[in-house]
Amino acid sequence: MAAGTPIEVSGLTKRFGAVTAVEDLTFTVQPGRVTGFLGPNGAGKTTTLRVLLGLARATAGTATFGGVRYADLERPATKVGASLEASFHPGRTARNHLAVVAAAAGLSRTRVQQVLEQVGLDQYADRRVGGYSLGMRQRLALASTLLGDPGVLVLDEPINGLDPEGIRWIRGFLQALAQEGRTVLVSSHLLSEVQQSVDEVVIIAKGRLVKTGTLASLELDESPRTIVDSPDRAALASALASAGLAYSEGRNGFIVDEPDPGRVGDAAFAGGVRLSSLHRLKSGLEDSFLALVGEGGER
Amino acid sequence: MIRALGSEFQKVITTRIWWVLAILLVAYVAVMSGGLGAMFGLLTTDPEALGGSEQQVPLGDQLAPLLYSFASSIGYVFPLLLGTLAVTSEFRHRTLTQTFLVTPNRGTVLGAKFVSQLGWGAALGVVGFLAAVGAGAAALSIWGLDTALDTSDTWALIGRGILAMALWAAIGVGIGSVVPNQVAAIVIVIAFTQFVEPILRLVASLSDVTAQVAKFLPGAASDALVGASFYTIAAGGSGVGLDWWQGGIVLAALAVVLALIGGATTWRRDVT
Repeated sequence: MAAGTPIEVSGLTKRFGAVTAVEDLTFTVQPGRVTGFLGPNGAGKTTTLRVLLGLARATAGTATFGGVRYADLERPATKVGASLEASFHPGRTARNHLAVVAAAAGLSRTRVQQVLEQVGLDQYADRRVGGYSLGMRQRLALASTLLGDPGVLVLDEPINGLDPEGIRWIRGFLQALAQEGRTVLVSSHLLSEVQQSVDEVVIIAKGRLVKTGTLASLELDESPRTIVDSPDRAALASALASAGLAYSEGRNGFIVDEPDPGRVGDAAFAGGVRLSSLHRLKSGLEDSFLALVGEGGER
Repeated sequence: MIRALGSEFQKVITTRIWWVLAILLVAYVAVMSGGLGAMFGLLTTDPEALGGSEQQVPLGDQLAPLLYSFASSIGYVFPLLLGTLAVTSEFRHRTLTQTFLVTPNRGTVLGAKFVSQLGWGAALGVVGFLAAVGAGAAALSIWGLDTALDTSDTWALIGRGILAMALWAAIGVGIGSVVPNQVAAIVIVIAFTQFVEPILRLVASLSDVTAQVAKFLPGAASDALVGASFYTIAAGGSGVGLDWWQGGIVLAALAVVLALIGGATTWRRDVT
């Protein structure tokens, strides 16, 4: 296996005529972990990956693998395994598709059989791809990225179209690849799709970077609040007001702008109000994500 | 480059189009060569049968080369299509992304397609001449006519014909790189080879001035390279035509120029 090198994107801008698809994007993807490259459709994810992989020219800035542009990599298939779309000639079998790639990459036919087994396609390897389901195409696309046993994997929407069993499989698969020291970058427009498989996130929206960091840091950004309810809501309301706590009425009780449920409990105790529930309100990762990319409405 | 060539060879052998085109080529050429051979044979031995009255072998010793040259004079559209599809199918099936990921140097990819298609065109040439010579010689020998298979001229014609077929496949690569839309490219190839050029050649042959220009048309250049064609005979053997090597240069130049134009335009664009 080739060593996992970091992916370095710096000041990357890509314009198509008057349309700016990606603007001044800077981030780094480290080896040894799975990084989710997230953003809504049209955010510029695929454009960024295409520039990174030398398929499109950057208007400004650079995107490299440890400082080396993709086009300058020696035998790129052995350093970077990339799949951008699960597109294949429908008349070719999976085995033959991989043989075409292996021939161009200077790899032996034995690798073809190995990666077919690795992604669980060996039983269907001699069927024409035209009859494949989307999930099988995704597996074949993954197989072709693994042919050269590269240290870096760049996968565009690899989970799209997989069935639940397939999703569970690819999660474990990606994690195992990262634990071997590879750099793994996985794009998705759905956080929920990848949140169980990624360690880090790079989130973009409208072509700009909105967040990088660990998955956990997404959660901490949200100011937590407390949800509290009582059989006697009027008494609870006056107890909260006298303790100086701001609140709003929600479906399951009052949502209090106070991260510590203990302080809310104290206020209720002081007012002699019996509580039916008291807990911290944690908005989901998906909410944080939607807030970041500006689809969750104004907050 | 060697690896890219190997990959291009794999791309063709792993799809069905090469043998579909080969079968069509064989059928078309064999029917034309064998059919016309039989007709002329009948005409020769029994002129009354077809209403002819003069007792002579039509075309004389031109007959055998004429029949054999059907492989290229009508069969050239098959390597041309194979070469065109080698490029356009990558656009159509969006496999160019994968191709460029493995071989980021796009010039290498186009060069490999060009060279590999020269080989495939030559292979179709061998198959086409096997069919034309097989069917034609069989028809001639049934009527006891000279098959000319013992003359070096015939074998030189076959050799030049195979070269022409190889060049046509390379021209296809050039066309595909200039017109990456598969449907448009096929329509252009079929329309030009089956309608536009035949009509141009026929009309142009009516005047000496236009005939001087028309001899540079790719089909005419191809026939000049091969050295025989039903066109030159249908046009009354007016004698207007290129030397065989000039025809070869016209075809090769056409292939190279088209590929260079395509390589500098569509081939350099962002793949999206």
